[in-house]
Amino acid sequence: MKTLTRRRKIVNAVMLSLTGVCTFVIVGILFVILGYLFWNGARYLNLDFFTKLPTPVGENGGGMANAIVGSGKLLLLATLIGVPIGFLGGVYLAEFGRGVFPSLVRYTTDLLNGVPSIVIGIFAYTMVVQRMHHFSALAGGLALGVMMIPIALRTTEEFLRSVPQSLREGAMALGASKSRTIATVVVPAAIQGILSGMMLDLARVAGETAPLLFTSFSNRFWSPGWNQPIAALPVMIYTYAIAPYEDWHRQAWAAGFVLLSLVLIVNIAARIILARSSAHHRR
Amino acid sequence: MKSDGHAIMSAPEPKTTVGPTRQEPFTDSGPAPKQEARVKLSTEKLSFYYGDFRALFDISLDFYSNQITALIGPSGCGKSTFLRALNRISETIRHTRIDGRITLDGEDVLALDVTNLRRRVGMVFQRPNPFPKSIFENVAYGIRVNGLGRGSAVREIVEKSLRRAALWDEVKDKLQDSAYALSGGQQQRLCIARALAVDPEVLLLDEPCSALDPIATAKIEDLLFSLKDDCTLVIVTHNMQQAARVADHTGFFLLGKLIEFARTEVIFKNPSIKQTEDYITGRFG
Repeated sequence: MKTLTRRRKIVNAVMLSLTGVCTFVIVGILFVILGYLFWNGARYLNLDFFTKLPTPVGENGGGMANAIVGSGKLLLLATLIGVPIGFLGGVYLAEFGRGVFPSLVRYTTDLLNGVPSIVIGIFAYTMVVQRMHHFSALAGGLALGVMMIPIALRTTEEFLRSVPQSLREGAMALGASKSRTIATVVVPAAIQGILSGMMLDLARVAGETAPLLFTSFSNRFWSPGWNQPIAALPVMIYTYAIAPYEDWHRQAWAAGFVLLSLVLIVNIAARIILARSSAHHRR
Repeated sequence: MKSDGHAIMSAPEPKTTVGPTRQEPFTDSGPAPKQEARVKLSTEKLSFYYGDFRALFDISLDFYSNQITALIGPSGCGKSTFLRALNRISETIRHTRIDGRITLDGEDVLALDVTNLRRRVGMVFQRPNPFPKSIFENVAYGIRVNGLGRGSAVREIVEKSLRRAALWDEVKDKLQDSAYALSGGQQQRLCIARALAVDPEVLLLDEPCSALDPIATAKIEDLLFSLKDDCTLVIVTHNMQQAARVADHTGFFLLGKLIEFARTEVIFKNPSIKQTEDYITGRFG
């Protein structure tokens, strides 16, 4: 009896310290990356980085204003493509989706989520670049938008499913049709969760490089409109980091830091929205 | 628990309505009804299926206009299923089927447009289910959905409904607050106000007090009496004292069958079926 108790206590202590070590390793890695990026990136950050164009090789200074704006434009396009399709598909799956076809859609979506991003880049290349015979923001936006669909769709579905059935019944018992109930009660009840899911989705594709390499390509200058090659922060980091110039490396560090900060801000904002929604509507 | 004198009569009751057969009401002794009893809602050989499982067996029942009818019985006896068939909210669950007839003022309920039916036959649920909107918007919801008013007309109906649900004085200064800020009892009265806002002819209540404390329960019961003037009420309840207090008629359900239906005082003082008596006296259930 006594030995059994001691054995249990030892096993408990071992397992507890194992989980503790693993937690520490995970959090530690994250903080090392963050700290290293901050140390290397923030040092080279200045106002020029946000306002100036890249300078030619050998000339010091310059910035990545065009890449910051370019990333914004690409993400806007991606949102316009990924969010409506993901949202409406999610509504379909959550509210109408029963039977064989919807489970097929669900399965396909999960598969699409697992497709390597470079393959999605090839898809956008074939669909847009090959037909237009040049790289464009449109092609890059399409690639990122397609990447957004699976998560946008599944988060919409999940948050709609978490809306209690009693709310649907309450609305329908007042004479609301099913579509009216969805539009006026179910979606509003889940909208904050859906929105934050979309923001996390957007933050995820904001760091994608591979699908942009042969869709939006890159551009050392401003890229007006949607029809030309356009610069994006992740591609700039890639190009600058593999270049043999010291000052380009510094620019790449700074770009990495800016990108990470933007993603972090979006992430935190999304979580604040989510936390506020659950506090407001706690039942 | 408060006891209302009118609920349980001391005079012996000679007649009851038994099982699926039906008789005119008020053939028994007791206080004369104020208005002529008219059948508002009626079912005829109503059966209900969840897939292959038969939950209700040939229920025939009349609900009289401007009266409160209570449905009692042990858990799982089908009383809630029956209630949910009356406004066809049961259709939101897949693989369910209704057999038989339901009539509302003589019209075939199963043939009516379902949104129109549900405006005329309102429902209050077991757990308060306010929408995650403001108090005002909760009550206004049905008005807007059914296009019953705009602008100031909406405000008037909202106020009138909240007054009818005896909630106005408690919420008039915080109409824009979230409905979730209210207590459970207030939320349930809000749900009643929400149902009343579309001016239903029948109000179905599915154990409306089961999640509430005795004080909130007493308020809701008082409210039910005041609603009788404009509404026909059907209340499902686990609580036999509640049925005895509020209902004019009571139906006893057991295992998907209607065992006995009669004036409430008859059911509680002089039931003619042994199973009813056993349930009332607490021998099972």
